[in-house]
Amino acid sequence: MHALVAVANTERWLWIEWVRTHPDDIFLALREHVIFTVAAVCGGLLLSAPLALLAVRQPKLRTAVLGVTGAVYTIPSLALFAVLVPVFGLHRITVVLPLIGYTLLILVRNIIAGLDGVSSSVTDAADGLGFSPLARLVKVELPLALPAITAGVRIATVTTIGLTTIAAVAGLGGLGQLIVIGLNRPMRTAVTVGAVLSVVLAVVADIGLGAAQRTLTPWARRRP
Amino acid sequence: MNLLGDVLDWFNDRANWRGSSGVTARLVEHVEVSIVAIVIAMVIALPVAIWLGHKRRFGNLAVNISNVGRALPSFAILAIGSQVLGTREVPVIMTTTTILALVALAIPPLVTNAYVGMSEVPAEVRDSARGMGQSDLQVLFTVELPLAVPLIMAGVRTSAVQVVATATIAAVVGAGGLGRFIIDGFAVQDNVRVAAGATLVALLSLATEIVLAGVQRLVTPAGLRRSRRPPRSLDISRTVTRAQAS
Repeated sequence: MHALVAVANTERWLWIEWVRTHPDDIFLALREHVIFTVAAVCGGLLLSAPLALLAVRQPKLRTAVLGVTGAVYTIPSLALFAVLVPVFGLHRITVVLPLIGYTLLILVRNIIAGLDGVSSSVTDAADGLGFSPLARLVKVELPLALPAITAGVRIATVTTIGLTTIAAVAGLGGLGQLIVIGLNRPMRTAVTVGAVLSVVLAVVADIGLGAAQRTLTPWARRRP
Repeated sequence: MNLLGDVLDWFNDRANWRGSSGVTARLVEHVEVSIVAIVIAMVIALPVAIWLGHKRRFGNLAVNISNVGRALPSFAILAIGSQVLGTREVPVIMTTTTILALVALAIPPLVTNAYVGMSEVPAEVRDSARGMGQSDLQVLFTVELPLAVPLIMAGVRTSAVQVVATATIAAVVGAGGLGRFIIDGFAVQDNVRVAAGATLVALLSLATEIVLAGVQRLVTPAGLRRSRRPPRSLDISRTVTRAQAS
């Protein structure tokens, strides 16, 4: 009789008792997921900014930069996590490194698109006003490129949240870990919690960054 | 540790190519599932998006669908799907689950690109077609659709590459395909098999991209082929994102 009840509970989509008894596991998974995402997007920005600048200033390097970041993007994330586990162990770096790699294509493309979009009359005017190249970049070009850059950050963040769920398959934590645990045990509630939280996190990040985008760039024309 | 050499040896070993769990069989599984998913997604998404784009209605919906689509992690879709449709041991059901998850993944880029492609045909062009006496449907099929084809195909390309990449993850919930090499290899800590599987998936994604870029060029009306680069797929910021299984 007892066994029968237990089986029924593992089959439930949302067994509140499981959620109530595992708040630490759920919170830890969520926290790891956020840490991975933030680290990956910040790391990605730090790396893609110089790469994009290089591509914009040296047109010869543009194809190379886009080609390499594009090539990284074709590596299946599942495999990259799996291959890196023996190299770095079950460490955060094993998750964050591939995730940084995957943000590069999105971020570099958007930064380049943003900087390309600055019209030459504007840069000429800045030059005419005596701006140094660095001052022109920081005070004129970057602000004008900001809508495209923030859009890139938004896409990269949401994509990264999705990719991070896969890291759990290699045992690396995050919300995907709840899904994996749920599939293996089986404990359907864990699958639901992991899946729903990862979707919620992505939606919240998308909405939050969308709001930040509008606040940061009030001059940007709203696109349809 | 010479991973590259070991991977090459792995590919040279005929035993790895044969049988129901060999490269050939897994590749066929992977391609089958991907093609079925993309075709179903196209049948569902394209007529609706083309019609709405023609009518220029529900534009926000079409664009928002692509945002929502990106926010749905495909691993979550697969996991939930495998739970809804039940038993992991039945191959037919497993394949159905995989296909459903992949269809859900493929629809957003198809809708957005088809809608935008249709709705951004310049009003002057449509007006001249009407002025020459074309009916509503004639405008759709002889004017708007040909002009929208490059963008619609860009959407198909984006979806297809994404589906091929994501079909890999289906192995986690027990399905076949090239992801099996990665999952099974990882389970027995056989890094060579993992890397070999990764290589196969990357090559297949690349091949999909190249083949569909060719198809895109073929179906683009001759008059529009002047520009050498096929148009890219659209995204919220009018910039591009492509295939990474998320």
